[in-house]
Amino acid sequence: MILESKNINKYFREPVLFHVLKDISFGIDKGEFVSVMGKSGCGKSTLLYILSTMDTDYEGDLFLNGEKLTGKDKEYLAHIRNEHIGFVFQFHYLLPEFTVLENVMLPARKLGKRTPRQIKDDAMEKLTLLGIEEQANKKAFRISGGQKQRVAIARALINNPSIIMGDEPTGNLDSKNAENVFGIFKNLSVEQNLSLLIVTHDLDFAQKTDRIIEMGDGKIINGVDYQITPAPHLKPSSH
Amino acid sequence: MTNWRILFDISKTHLLSRIKQSTVAALGVTFGIGTFIILVSFMTGLNHMLDSLVLNRTPHIHLYNEIKPSEKQPIEFYEQAKNSFNVIHSIKPKQSQVKIHNALPILQHLRKDERVKGVAPQVEASVFYMAGAIELNGVVNGIEVMEEVRLYNFKDYIIEGSPEALVRNNNGILLGAGIAETMSLGVGDRVQLSTVKGGVFPLKIVGIFQSGIADLDNILSYVNLTTAQRLRGEGKSFITDLNVKLWDLNHAIPMAKNIRQQFNLSAVDINQANAQFDTGTTIRNLITYAVSITLLIVAGFGIYNILNMMIYEKMNDIAILKATGFSGKDVQLIFISQAIIIGLVGGLLGLLLGYSVSVLISHVPFNTDALPTIETYPVNFDPRFYGIGIVFAMISTFLAGYLPAKRAKQIDPVEIIRSQ
Ligand SMILES: Nc1ncnc2c1ncn2[C@@H]1O[C@H](COP(=O)(O)OP(=O)(O)OP(=O)(O)O)[C@@H](O)[C@H]1O
Ligand SMILES: [Mg+2]
Repeated sequence: MILESKNINKYFREPVLFHVLKDISFGIDKGEFVSVMGKSGCGKSTLLYILSTMDTDYEGDLFLNGEKLTGKDKEYLAHIRNEHIGFVFQFHYLLPEFTVLENVMLPARKLGKRTPRQIKDDAMEKLTLLGIEEQANKKAFRISGGQKQRVAIARALINNPSIIMGDEPTGNLDSKNAENVFGIFKNLSVEQNLSLLIVTHDLDFAQKTDRIIEMGDGKIINGVDYQITPAPHLKPSSH
Repeated sequence: MTNWRILFDISKTHLLSRIKQSTVAALGVTFGIGTFIILVSFMTGLNHMLDSLVLNRTPHIHLYNEIKPSEKQPIEFYEQAKNSFNVIHSIKPKQSQVKIHNALPILQHLRKDERVKGVAPQVEASVFYMAGAIELNGVVNGIEVMEEVRLYNFKDYIIEGSPEALVRNNNGILLGAGIAETMSLGVGDRVQLSTVKGGVFPLKIVGIFQSGIADLDNILSYVNLTTAQRLRGEGKSFITDLNVKLWDLNHAIPMAKNIRQQFNLSAVDINQANAQFDTGTTIRNLITYAVSITLLIVAGFGIYNILNMMIYEKMNDIAILKATGFSGKDVQLIFISQAIIIGLVGGLLGLLLGYSVSVLISHVPFNTDALPTIETYPVNFDPRFYGIGIVFAMISTFLAGYLPAKRAKQIDPVEIIRSQ
């Protein structure tokens, strides 16, 4: 098991007490490609922030590669994020004044386990994998939305993480680009045995993944265990 | 684990992408440090000059025989009045000479002391200067010319002629500038001196002397020691003052005390004579530092503002960095290092600015009668000021950067990502 969540509960206290995540327990295996679906506001993003260790204000236990992360200090969690978790946001989050290549290299340079030369080569390799190697030396604010999204994926891959998490990573892309990104994820999961946990509103996308976790009202209502076919009532929620 | 290189690269890129604001912030520091250097160099230059003006002229210990009433009046030697209360009216000093008893042996003794750099003996004589119909009241000092030159920079105050000319001519005189002007006399002319005892001595003017203190220049002239002794009608052993110069100023007080006891002379040490000049120096230094610190505080607020703004603009960057594994401490270091870069660049430019303006000032002509040896404004190029300046710059920018950086450290990436 790469990632495991045990009885995770979360409350928002402002403006009123709100039980946003209720007893979330599930696991993801190595090489598994999992999607998360559910109505808007049901708590998908909130869950992802907890799983990615950015949010530590919750009850329950979180394990990564068998190591309990709940209760660890922020400094250590930052290191875990750096080395083991690749995160792709809905909005292409890049450092605008740095070049595409520098953006991709950033987490690897922070980790500092490879020489600058190696890091650069690896970053170029990831960019090539995503088909944007010609953009490498452009400033990040000068490239298109779809290109930015792919740069963000390349950045998530640079440290060869245990798991990639994405919050609607194809939400801003046209269907052709979305298809493209899905293909990349699928390849990573099949060829490199990478685990993926992707929140999406796109049923077509979700149906092609190994498993769909369906959430509703802060609970997992379907998909805790392996399940190839999604429940028939699932429809893309409006967003 | 801290990877300095990458943090430094990030802060550098941030600064360069906001080059205008960064420059303004750095210029604030430049201005503060530059002003500090200029002020402190100029002020201490002046202090130095004023101090050395006093120090050069003032003997470290001045020995003379003060005419004052005896502390023990005759009645006190009278056994039978010992236990009674004695009232004495109209005490007068007893008739005695102003000459120092055994001056020559004392002179020899002091010159042998290894703490002593030199001793200049003087004979003071009251005279009237006479030329044509004019008669001026004044004083001549008999001196050992070359010893005065060696110990008290005497040469600096001779604006015409030379001290050597006086040494060569036993009937020569170095006339005070004020006297020379009043009497319309110049080098080569003759002046008659009449003494209290009635003798008249014609002397040749071999030079003009200007101390910068008008009250002195209007009455005082210098002659050779033997000439002054002749004016007073006394022999070779007649000496009224001994001016002692030491190697180390700090020995002045204990030595003066020692001499007072040993030789029963009045001995004034330099600290007694110039108690006030230390206060002036302290106040000038205080003003310099107060002004500079004020300027740096203003510059510090500028940096504080700009970093705060920078952090506000870079919220997204901070969230991304934290999401991809940079810790709060890393983010803090990024912004602190920005402050430090601003401080370093601004500070170094400030040193350069301060140095350039100081050089400029040190070439500005500055002529004043009071200071015949000074031709340009005095500036002190002490390298220590430059050290203090850069340390100042670093400390103030660090303090200004600390709070904004701490704020950046505490930013919650989830909040930023959500608010998109
Ligand atoms: N900081 C917060 N304080 C209070 N309530 C919050 C806060 N953030 C989110 N919520 C609430 O928590 C619930 C879950 O939000 P979340 O963003 O996880 O939904 P989501 O499933 O990702 O929705 P979407 O599909 O629209 O992205 C929502 O009802 C939202 O209003
Ligand atoms: Mg969401």
